[in-house]
Amino acid sequence: MSGGSEMTEDYRARVRAWLAGNAPGPVAGLPPAEQLSEAKRFQAALYAAGFAGIAWPEEAGGQGLGTAEQQVFAEEAAAYELPTYPFIVNMGMCGPTLVDLGTPEQKRRHLPKLLSGEEIWCQLFSEPGAGSDVASLQARAVRDEDGWVVNGQKVWTTNAQWADFGALLARTDPDVPKHAGLTMFIVDMHAPGVTVRPLKDMSGKAPFNEVYLDDVRIPADAVIGEVGRGWQAAITMLGHERVSIGSARPSRGSALGFEAVLGLARRQGVTDVPAHRERLAGLYAHERALELFNARMRQEIQAGHPPGARGSVAKLAGALQLRRAIEAAGELAGAGAIAWEPGDRHGDDLALGINSAPASSIAGGTNEVQRSIIGERILGLPKEPQVDRDVPFRELKVGTQRTEDAR
Amino acid sequence: MRLVLDPEQEELRATVRKVLADRAPGAAVRDAMDSADGFDRALWRTLGDLGVLGLVVPEAFGGAGAGNVERAVVLEELGAALTPSPFLASAVLATDVLLALDDVGAGGDRLPRLAAGDLIGTVAAAEDGIWDLAGGATTAAERDGRWELTGTKGPVLAGDSADLVLVYARTSGGPGWFAVEGGASGVTRTTLTGLDPTRRLARITFAGTSAHRLVCADPGAALETVTGRAAVALAAEQVGGMRRAMELTVDYAKARVQFGRPIGSYQAVKHGCADMYSAWELAQSVLRYAAWTADHDVAELPTAAALAQTYIGPAYFRTATDMVQFHGGVGYTWEHDAHLYYKRAKSSELLFGPPSAHRARLADQLQI
Repeated sequence: MSGGSEMTEDYRARVRAWLAGNAPGPVAGLPPAEQLSEAKRFQAALYAAGFAGIAWPEEAGGQGLGTAEQQVFAEEAAAYELPTYPFIVNMGMCGPTLVDLGTPEQKRRHLPKLLSGEEIWCQLFSEPGAGSDVASLQARAVRDEDGWVVNGQKVWTTNAQWADFGALLARTDPDVPKHAGLTMFIVDMHAPGVTVRPLKDMSGKAPFNEVYLDDVRIPADAVIGEVGRGWQAAITMLGHERVSIGSARPSRGSALGFEAVLGLARRQGVTDVPAHRERLAGLYAHERALELFNARMRQEIQAGHPPGARGSVAKLAGALQLRRAIEAAGELAGAGAIAWEPGDRHGDDLALGINSAPASSIAGGTNEVQRSIIGERILGLPKEPQVDRDVPFRELKVGTQRTEDAR
Repeated sequence: MRLVLDPEQEELRATVRKVLADRAPGAAVRDAMDSADGFDRALWRTLGDLGVLGLVVPEAFGGAGAGNVERAVVLEELGAALTPSPFLASAVLATDVLLALDDVGAGGDRLPRLAAGDLIGTVAAAEDGIWDLAGGATTAAERDGRWELTGTKGPVLAGDSADLVLVYARTSGGPGWFAVEGGASGVTRTTLTGLDPTRRLARITFAGTSAHRLVCADPGAALETVTGRAAVALAAEQVGGMRRAMELTVDYAKARVQFGRPIGSYQAVKHGCADMYSAWELAQSVLRYAAWTADHDVAELPTAAALAQTYIGPAYFRTATDMVQFHGGVGYTWEHDAHLYYKRAKSSELLFGPPSAHRARLADQLQI
């Protein structure tokens, strides 16, 4: 991308040189435990070199630079398959939320190890009965003399299998309406009573988990923000999450990025078929439009205009783009998308792309939730009538069960 | 690459928006589209006085010395208001051809008048809507030191009212650019019946019409630059139209009550409005990139122009279709403006070739 200042171009050269010397090879083929240790080794090196938390404030352990430098790093990193996925919750969600809301003591204790990858975080929000309506969650935190005792079940918890800490949203007051009775806590994932069970997704992988909390003790100073203001803390974190998901580039390994689909067309030898050429051009146009939207958002942020709820536009467009790419790739691959020689990487990759695409339309707020956010928060359209808004949580029906079953 | 406007450009937008709100509200659009000229000449003069017709014209030729980014801002507002005007023909196509020539005399004489709004220009290059680099079937032949044009061009934007027609025609030595007075003898202009009542298009037939040949080292390259910039200009109009169509629909969804609550509170309508908004945000981003490219990176202009028309043309028509849909019965009436957006959107989507042609061009540019 042209138009960078001299300063960012110097920075780019530094980043490029560092990555060339330090980026590890692909970890995909390694056994899971080695993948994790390799990832931790790389994150620690990133931190030591000053490339973790580039745009975070210095007092939070970051580099105190701008989104321009962060963007330069992302652009340069896109040339590699870096093993940064165990830290997406650290860097995109829990970290920024602690920067915003953490006490000085919490920041001092957690941020350095979160940035260096020494400790891994997860986000404990969703429950079997609380998905899009996460404020209806039932995990219960009860105060005792020196802290809190938590009971409940969380689900879809990315990275919980590795996590050292979790940002837990729990109900501390069931006698007020649902949004008002929540509190966010830091929970030690190694504490007695925490059980993590892997949950296989439809792609056959187990990137997320069920987490059971049975009489888990949490100290009083582990509250993030204030007691009873957990919903506000959750909104803060979800905002960071949307920006993090929406601005993510399609990973270099994804079979559904334009370049990969073009590669498929070339392997099939059909780039001279007009219908396929047009299909590819259409796919490119939508991918490029989203890329330009993200670039424009970054320029607006640099000019002092925060994106607000427009992160939802990027997240929604990214999810819809995958559907478009699946359609194009299917047309191009034909029989190659339904059966392939065992071990054929192209067949495996496309199947993984097809089978993991629905995650983008659901995780971090479904497409429907994003459209409601755009409609209500940006366009100012009236909310649906909310029959549960002013009712004490104790009197509500939640999920597919009555709340009293869980109390 | 700069994708955000600066305060001066935002001020330009506010100025144009105010003039159009005062001088060209919905009723004025109806009057203009039903008038003999198809546009409001007094408003055109005002736009000339404001300097917005000569934004891309260098100051030495009486223009503002600004660029495609600024011109796109003006076009967004014209497109939002559906203002019938020869802007695309005169302040974009004809102006850009004169700027692309190596004919200082041709420009020096005409550019100041185009910029002031005293002269209305247009470009006659397409035949049956096809922009042929070879010049189509229209021929220019030299006879006794004078050039004569023979053939039919169309549809030509503002072809019925243009004072100056710049014709792209085939000669025995390759294509060339020619200037003809709109009212010259041997020129037959037929106003076509249009899908979009806010935009006049004409067929122009030349029968041995005497023409002035314009000096141009590479007429085909000039045509490509001009059509690239025109595609960006049209995209700006379309993005403006998308914005207004969305705003009007959102306003209606807030005001219209059925089953006891505003229809915009229902997800079916709310989510449709969110899709309109998302499409506009992405289209706007593509436009800023394309307009910046037209000013700063001419080598990338063909890609940017094809991208703009590939993405934005169909997006505007989807938005306009949903505008009619979400307005229900009232959106289907003649009185409501929804149909004007619908017709403008479909007509614009096809104006410089159908979406498939833009996708094919984009595929060529991407070396697929």
